[in-house]
Amino acid sequence: MDLTWYLSLSAVLFTIGVLGVLLRRNVIVVFLSIELMLNAVNLTLVAFSQSFGDVQGQILVFFVIAVAASEAAVGLAIVIALFRNTLSVNVDEMSLFRG
Amino acid sequence: MLEPFLFFVFAVLAVSGGLGMLISRSPIASSLWMVMGMIAIAGLYLTLNAAFIGAVQILVYAGAIMILFLFVIMLLNLDETPRLGTVDWRKGAAFVLGVAVLAQLLTVVAVNLPGAARPTGTSPADVARVAQTDVTALGVSLLTDHAFSLEIIGVLLLGATIGAVLLAKKKLV
Repeated sequence: MDLTWYLSLSAVLFTIGVLGVLLRRNVIVVFLSIELMLNAVNLTLVAFSQSFGDVQGQILVFFVIAVAASEAAVGLAIVIALFRNTLSVNVDEMSLFRG
Repeated sequence: MLEPFLFFVFAVLAVSGGLGMLISRSPIASSLWMVMGMIAIAGLYLTLNAAFIGAVQILVYAGAIMILFLFVIMLLNLDETPRLGTVDWRKGAAFVLGVAVLAQLLTVVAVNLPGAARPTGTSPADVARVAQTDVTALGVSLLTDHAFSLEIIGVLLLGATIGAVLLAKKKLV
């Protein structure tokens, strides 16, 4: 398969993630969309790694997955803490810093 | 012959997983669509001869992270979100922005790549290069060139675990 196909697929997946962040108001779905965008970028990294025959891209993906795991853990803990205070997961109601 | 077929099957599954995540009203359904998308992306890694990354993708993303999401959704006991149908100017602007991002990315791919792109995993030279990117090379490079980064990742994961427990506790100390 051509590298272009993988990059185009990755662009489509990234756009779905962007649309999820912009359109949905549920903070958990926004989080899922961010994970989808991370996955789209991981796919480009692996595709370039395969195309150039260099293993460094896969190592970067390995580190990105580790950081994404810790990001999900901390982010979901923040969601739980916010839900305890506001009893809502709507991002429009989380305006604590707006003054 | 087989590889383009597998690519298109997994690509359709990944995109439909993403779209299902975007459209479905219940957060649980969103997560389950996302699990399907993650597994499809793991299959795409396999078509790219990155078996180790594919296994990590299934274990960490489809396994651990999505289970964590489902656990939090069930803990919060959320209702279904209102239908996405009502169109106001903010949703229209968001849609236009999203399509602009897609157009930008595809333009970059279309303008820059046709000259530089090469088919993957077909010629003998490609096969030889693929043999170098197997899990042995990955492990050797990870534990020699990137040993320090690996230790830092371990500390980061420990810090994230402690931070998550502290944040989710009933009262902050």
